[in-house]
Amino acid sequence: MMDDNNIWNHLPGEDNIYRTELPNGIVVLSKSDFNSPSIVISGYLQCGAIHDPKEKLGLGLFTSYALMRGSLFRRYRKIYNDLETAAATLGFGASVQTTSFGGKALVEDLPLLLKTLSESIRWPIFPPLQLKILISQILTGLQIREQDTSERASLRFDEVLFPDHPYGLAEEGTIETISRIRRSDLVKFHKKYYGPKGMVIAIVGAIEPQQVVEMVYRELGDWENPDWVAPPEIKEVPLRKVSHHEHINIPGKFQTDLIMGGYGPNRMSEDFLIASLGNNILGQFGMMGRIGEAVREKSGLAYYASTGLNAWQKAGTWEISAGVNPSNLEKAIKIIQGEISRFIIEPVYDQELEDAKANMIGLIPLSIESNAGVASAIIRMERYKLGLNYLRQFPNLISSISKEEILSVSRKYLDPDQMVIISAGTTNA
Amino acid sequence: MNKVEKIKLPNGLTVLLKEIHSAPIISLWTWYRVGSRYEKPGFSGISHWVEHMQFKGTEKYPASQMDRLISREGGVWNAFTFLDWTTYFETMPANKIDVAIELEADRMLNSNFHLNDVEAERSVIISEKEGKDNEPILRLNNAVNQAAFVSHPYRNEVIGNHEDLLRIKRDDLFKHYREYYHPANCLISIAGDFQTTSMVNKLTKLFEDKPFIQTPINLVYPEHEIYQGKEIILQGPGDTIYVQLTYRAPSASDSDFFAYTILDSLLSGPASLNMFGGGGTSNKTSRLYKKLVDRNLAISVSGGLQATIDPYLYDLSITLNPKQDYRLAIKTVDREIERIIEKRIRKDEIKRAVKQAKALFAYGLENITNQAFWLGYSENFANYDWFLNYIDQLDAVNPQDVQRVARKYLDPQRRILGIYLPESNGSRES
Repeated sequence: MMDDNNIWNHLPGEDNIYRTELPNGIVVLSKSDFNSPSIVISGYLQCGAIHDPKEKLGLGLFTSYALMRGSLFRRYRKIYNDLETAAATLGFGASVQTTSFGGKALVEDLPLLLKTLSESIRWPIFPPLQLKILISQILTGLQIREQDTSERASLRFDEVLFPDHPYGLAEEGTIETISRIRRSDLVKFHKKYYGPKGMVIAIVGAIEPQQVVEMVYRELGDWENPDWVAPPEIKEVPLRKVSHHEHINIPGKFQTDLIMGGYGPNRMSEDFLIASLGNNILGQFGMMGRIGEAVREKSGLAYYASTGLNAWQKAGTWEISAGVNPSNLEKAIKIIQGEISRFIIEPVYDQELEDAKANMIGLIPLSIESNAGVASAIIRMERYKLGLNYLRQFPNLISSISKEEILSVSRKYLDPDQMVIISAGTTNA
Repeated sequence: MNKVEKIKLPNGLTVLLKEIHSAPIISLWTWYRVGSRYEKPGFSGISHWVEHMQFKGTEKYPASQMDRLISREGGVWNAFTFLDWTTYFETMPANKIDVAIELEADRMLNSNFHLNDVEAERSVIISEKEGKDNEPILRLNNAVNQAAFVSHPYRNEVIGNHEDLLRIKRDDLFKHYREYYHPANCLISIAGDFQTTSMVNKLTKLFEDKPFIQTPINLVYPEHEIYQGKEIILQGPGDTIYVQLTYRAPSASDSDFFAYTILDSLLSGPASLNMFGGGGTSNKTSRLYKKLVDRNLAISVSGGLQATIDPYLYDLSITLNPKQDYRLAIKTVDREIERIIEKRIRKDEIKRAVKQAKALFAYGLENITNQAFWLGYSENFANYDWFLNYIDQLDAVNPQDVQRVARKYLDPQRRILGIYLPESNGSRES
């Protein structure tokens, strides 16, 4: 059995993650793991919903979904036949600032994955018939979203906190904006915003890093896009307290979803790890922390009631969410406000602090149990410039946080009397 | 594949162990052969409720301490109740696994079941059910399952129906716990970074003193066929149409199960046995996707086949937008099934399905939690050999087997057809 030292040496770090930058600006990261015959790829390009015209919101995501619907070299049917015959997967998505991709295959099929990735991002042809099918799928997804209590509450929460800001946009767009998008919009979006500069690709699995670099270079090393337009800088969001209480009526629902909270630290902020540790105590540890204890365990009001941080490059949110019976909504809000109040008045208990620290540190080995877990840790370290030894430094970073720091950071972001409170469900008669 | 050790203690407890030294992690799964299949009328949901009560503490480990012990060591834990089984898992850093083993040994017989906890959990479970009932597709699925059985408990929702959840009392729960939670009705599967001999000693020490208890004989009669086809139409809010075509499926131990798995793969794409990690692949080159989605007759299609003790159900689920004709989509499925039955299936199509299954199996090897799950999973409806031979059994399937199974089970006269229509669609409930 591995001892404590081995556990930490086993983690991905500078000595076992290979990082290189190709001449065209693509960053390649690779870590070998020969315990299973599979391979995972994960990464992103520097474009996303931030480029979407307001009236065509959802264009970036639509474009990402359409990339694999046919290339100059292979039709849609052939692309998927090749992938599915090998039981390989590859998919694209987009958020505010990035278009991401992820895939998996047996190691012998890595060349197929990389070829498909390269064709998709460099030479997509957006066949009209395929776009017709895709738009129908996207619109149905949006119609389903209209009926989803949790999604509706969450979208509105972001809209209220980030008016006229990219973080307040729904990357998926709306039925109206998606319906306005034409094939020419996708072609233009791709031509202008897809390029190698700033692209990051991580490959983890049963292969040597040198082979990975050679393969990536073969497929993507000669990619250039002289027309490429870099994403604009995202505006800073000044920290302020926002009060807003709103219910969205969705008929025919049995449960109401509730989201309440406000701004949180951005991912690069010094407050982030402190808030993460506080968040663990407030609504994560064990059965959803203090909030879970108060709302679920003591009051039996909800199946789930927990807290979370969403942290991006320029801002973040700190939110509490719960699913409750409509008749218990106000009661649940009161209990949560009471817990927030307690959280910002008195410091957390020593025992809670020690437990939360042990939990966050102890979860690291589990988070990198699979190739996908390792790839996503590597991507996170690269994207937020945390350094490739971040996972190994993590125990020290967490251990050094004091309860006074948690109190001070919590007071900065949380206020039970000034919160955005959004609920979505069927309004009680 | 690493060697698997199987032992049985004199009190009936079965343990399956597999050493994996790729990461400093151990995953422990404690399985009880109880789920909704074992529930009597009026008590649906009782197995799931007992599962919730297992997190409410024992004398030795009060609820808050249980959470704390696992979480502060960086462990993750959870539980699932299914048709045939209930399982509890902990995945921990390898040097902390003792905490989880001791906890499972204790709550096997010593859970508290305090009345106030029972009442608090009643509303938590009702809330959990309300969350599920928010989804039209789950409401449709419940209605279809209910229609697919005459009296077999598989017709009930695992979470229970609302009236039963209001009726069940503390003593009912405790009785259910006493009847099904004991060594002879339990299986432990454990995989990860340990030495088998010392792990066996550890488990023996903690479990050998627990008494042998006879599990009640549970007379459940399998329903091998859906004798009468039915059509169920639900209406509700939204703009999306859902269709579920449900057929009888054989039990996992039936030799037809493997040909059925290949049939499902040809129709709706490959599926895996992975519960954690691994994942699947897309199904865009499956026969039904090509006929339905590529021709813009539907938005998506998927298939679902479960490994169960008794014959259960095979579902084909289709999502449509309001402009698409659901009757045409159903007709298209029927035509494709006829084509499977009547036209020659190429051997390479089956080979492809087997290759996909092998790859998905390989993906599951990445994850220790998933490997421990696999160890115990098949013991609940067959035995571990079922799992070991899974790929070989698929490999042995030939085109005629697939056609025979399609003819035997996918009969449009003996299926339940569920349709969810948006209220604005103008159709009537029937």
